[in-house]
Amino acid sequence: MSENQNPTPGRDVSTTSEAQHPERFTDPGVPEHKPRLTDTDPAARKRNERIVVILFAISCLGAIASIVAYFAFRPDGTTEGTRLSTVMLGTTMAVSLLGIGIAAIHWAKSLMSDHEHVDERHELASSPEVREVAVQHLTDGVEDSGIARRGVLKGAAVSALALFPLTFAVPLISSVGGDWDISKFRHTLWERGKRLAYDPTGRPIRAADLTVGSAAHVIPEESEEYMQSHDWITEKAKAVVLLVRLNPEDLRSDQSPEGETWSYDGIVAYSKICTHVGCPVALYEQQTHHLLCPCHQSTFDMADGAKVVFGPANRPLPQLPITVDDEGYLIAQDDFAEPVGPSFWERLK
Amino acid sequence: MSTETTASSNDAPKTAAGKTADYLDQRTSVGGAVKEFARKVFPDHWSFMLGEIALFSFVVLLLTGVFLTMFFDPSMALEEYHGAGPETMQGQLMSVAFASTLDLSFEVRGGLLMRQIHHWAALIFMAAIVVHMMRVFFTGAFRKPREINWLVGTVLLILGLAAGFSGYSLPDDVLSGNGLRITDGVIKSIPVIGSYMSYFVFGGEFPGEHIIPRLFTVHILLVPALILALIGVHLFLMVLHKHTQFPGGGRTDKNVVGYPLFPVYIAKMGGNFFIVFGILALMGATMSINNVWNYGPYDPSPVGAGAQPDWYMLFLEGSLRLMPGAGTEWVLFGYTLSLNVLIPAVVIPGLLFTFLFAYPFVEAKVTGDKREHHVLDRPRNVPVRTGLGVAFLTAFIILALAGSNDLIATHFGMSLNQITWAFRILFFAGPVIAFWITKRICLGLQRKDRELVLHGHETGRIVRFANGEYIEVHRPLDEQERWLRVNYTAHKPLEIEPATDARGVKRPGYKAEKRWQRLSRFFYEDRVEPVTPAELAAAHSHGEHDEIAAAQTSPEVTSGATNVEQER
Repeated sequence: MSENQNPTPGRDVSTTSEAQHPERFTDPGVPEHKPRLTDTDPAARKRNERIVVILFAISCLGAIASIVAYFAFRPDGTTEGTRLSTVMLGTTMAVSLLGIGIAAIHWAKSLMSDHEHVDERHELASSPEVREVAVQHLTDGVEDSGIARRGVLKGAAVSALALFPLTFAVPLISSVGGDWDISKFRHTLWERGKRLAYDPTGRPIRAADLTVGSAAHVIPEESEEYMQSHDWITEKAKAVVLLVRLNPEDLRSDQSPEGETWSYDGIVAYSKICTHVGCPVALYEQQTHHLLCPCHQSTFDMADGAKVVFGPANRPLPQLPITVDDEGYLIAQDDFAEPVGPSFWERLK
Repeated sequence: MSTETTASSNDAPKTAAGKTADYLDQRTSVGGAVKEFARKVFPDHWSFMLGEIALFSFVVLLLTGVFLTMFFDPSMALEEYHGAGPETMQGQLMSVAFASTLDLSFEVRGGLLMRQIHHWAALIFMAAIVVHMMRVFFTGAFRKPREINWLVGTVLLILGLAAGFSGYSLPDDVLSGNGLRITDGVIKSIPVIGSYMSYFVFGGEFPGEHIIPRLFTVHILLVPALILALIGVHLFLMVLHKHTQFPGGGRTDKNVVGYPLFPVYIAKMGGNFFIVFGILALMGATMSINNVWNYGPYDPSPVGAGAQPDWYMLFLEGSLRLMPGAGTEWVLFGYTLSLNVLIPAVVIPGLLFTFLFAYPFVEAKVTGDKREHHVLDRPRNVPVRTGLGVAFLTAFIILALAGSNDLIATHFGMSLNQITWAFRILFFAGPVIAFWITKRICLGLQRKDRELVLHGHETGRIVRFANGEYIEVHRPLDEQERWLRVNYTAHKPLEIEPATDARGVKRPGYKAEKRWQRLSRFFYEDRVEPVTPAELAAAHSHGEHDEIAAAQTSPEVTSGATNVEQER
């Protein structure tokens, strides 16, 4: 079995006469077995056996140590206590596992026979006779059922099988997308007169409190109660705004249409949701007035209508039209003029 | 029937083990299976362990995953946190999913360990799959009859990505929440159905209150069930085909040379499982990962700088980062087509996976090869395949690096914009250069093999002839060394029949064949043929005194050369 499969064990072809050379070299057959130290030296065998035993013993000790560690290192509610417990439980567990693993492999490598065996492979394809019988079985089956002859029956069966998944799919699909009202992409909590507030405290922002060069993360002013709800998180995901106060001379342009002013005394507010894939654009660089998205590095120029100056975004961040109310608090003039965040198929419809 | 009973009662087993075996065999005919599989031969090579590492990491994922599900609560209900977690989290509004992640880390003993082992195991699982695929690709183990198993494996890779991604998002922290938000942005970019797909996934607008429970079902039921089923198919086919083997003496396409399953591979594979598990335990114990309490619960407003996804998602992240935005959002008939998202997040990965799925079939076609292959290729012997594989990896690695461009910028004090531009160029140039270099290296190695077979090893032994000429003695390769270097086929480009048949009539299908032939030329135009016995004999007779000298030297001298060989 473990002998060479090749009928002609290799000859040294280089010594054949020049007259007739075979097309190819011949397979020299399975290399001769090289005895290991443990094959020839009983003392080495004994030694390796001992090593395997010791490794298994270390594993046992690791398992016991793990139980000890479980009781000895109770997490005390601090991060450090949890870490210590984790390290002790994990390392003892590792010792118990690695002990078994290394022992088993050392056993296999040093003590189990390393004589190579040779198995025959069998052709995967079935023999022609088997195939013939298989085809016959199928033909008989088709004949039996009469499916080939009964066209209407076939049509009815196929129709039934094609339709039944609908009984499952229709209820699922009708509910899986909530109300399927994608017009929600177009509206945010911002409306005429809504105060701008600091994120996350919810304290309204007075224009006078902002120094030139400062930036603020802004949310619409909402009730405490509303801000504890799920709705709030979903709405906040669209409504967050980044506001900066520039020196009015530095403000080259914004997105105000003719005859309107969307900024207030150098204060501009833009949607914080990136027009690329929707990350919050949060890194403001005071010197360059650039706003950088930390996810994919789209860079917007806050002094120039939030135009894209670098990166994978294509459109400027939508601007929130702002002004101040009688008390000097910043308020929105209206909702955003376009949907915030990443593009979608119906965005301009 | 009765005779059989008497026959078996005559030599009825006496020992407990024998009785158990007899009991089982009479009910399951397990004897046949043991006869078939117990001494089944597996070839030995370290690279055959890579798939095992993936398998065993998956087992560890299942074990630790079961532990975690006992304590994790995938609910998006909001609560004010007052638990065992760190001081900074107390009193914060968070989802129950995030709170239970904190509790299972800080309250459940061994919980943090299991979480960390689970996360590390996921990273190792994906890494092992990728490296295992590299082994299969570069050695040509995907060739007939294993094409289907290659497809199964590629689907497993994709399922692994799905498992990793869905699990990563479960704690509902800021980092993974932003990952989900990116996913939402990508989904929305899909033409026509994108907006509705987003609603389909999130049950309404992002983030809504359904996504965590949905991902939980995907993560602990759908994906693992599919992975388990496909691992079953993968291993069944592996056993059916019998494992491939590296070339060498006595290894042919008709046999398998190695060690028996019982006991050698039971011990080695079992041992490997415990080593994989042990190393993962050590990693989970000592290397903290995904400390969600440092990020905080999901809030749509904050985002951390330098945020990275798990490594296997980096290529997608990098792809998104590299795509220039200017001019790539088109409006057609009033509808918005976001090519700046669609190309990097859908088209590029689509192309990468199409390459993986299609490659075995394309190679078989351009090789005109219909034989079964069980002896692996040495990568150098198929230079274009090896080059394409390296080119693929180069593209993948450049995308992954681009996914860390901000960290590269901050760590090396370089300009982010310049790095991004460099990667944009490298993404196209890198694979081409890598292909060319790899192909050249392969051809060079093949030539070196030829050289070695024809002229033998340099022995470092200088001999002076009577006429005063000095030569270095070369020692011919022994037959095993030589066989390894000459036992391969250098495929030639396809040959096709002319465009018109004998009567000058145009042959249908000629153009398609012509295209395949062009591709075949790309594969096999440059090739190095293995040395033939005639060439070897010719090399010896062409005044190469050294080999003749070596062949004719006395036995003592030959043994001296053997010493040199051993030192080498």
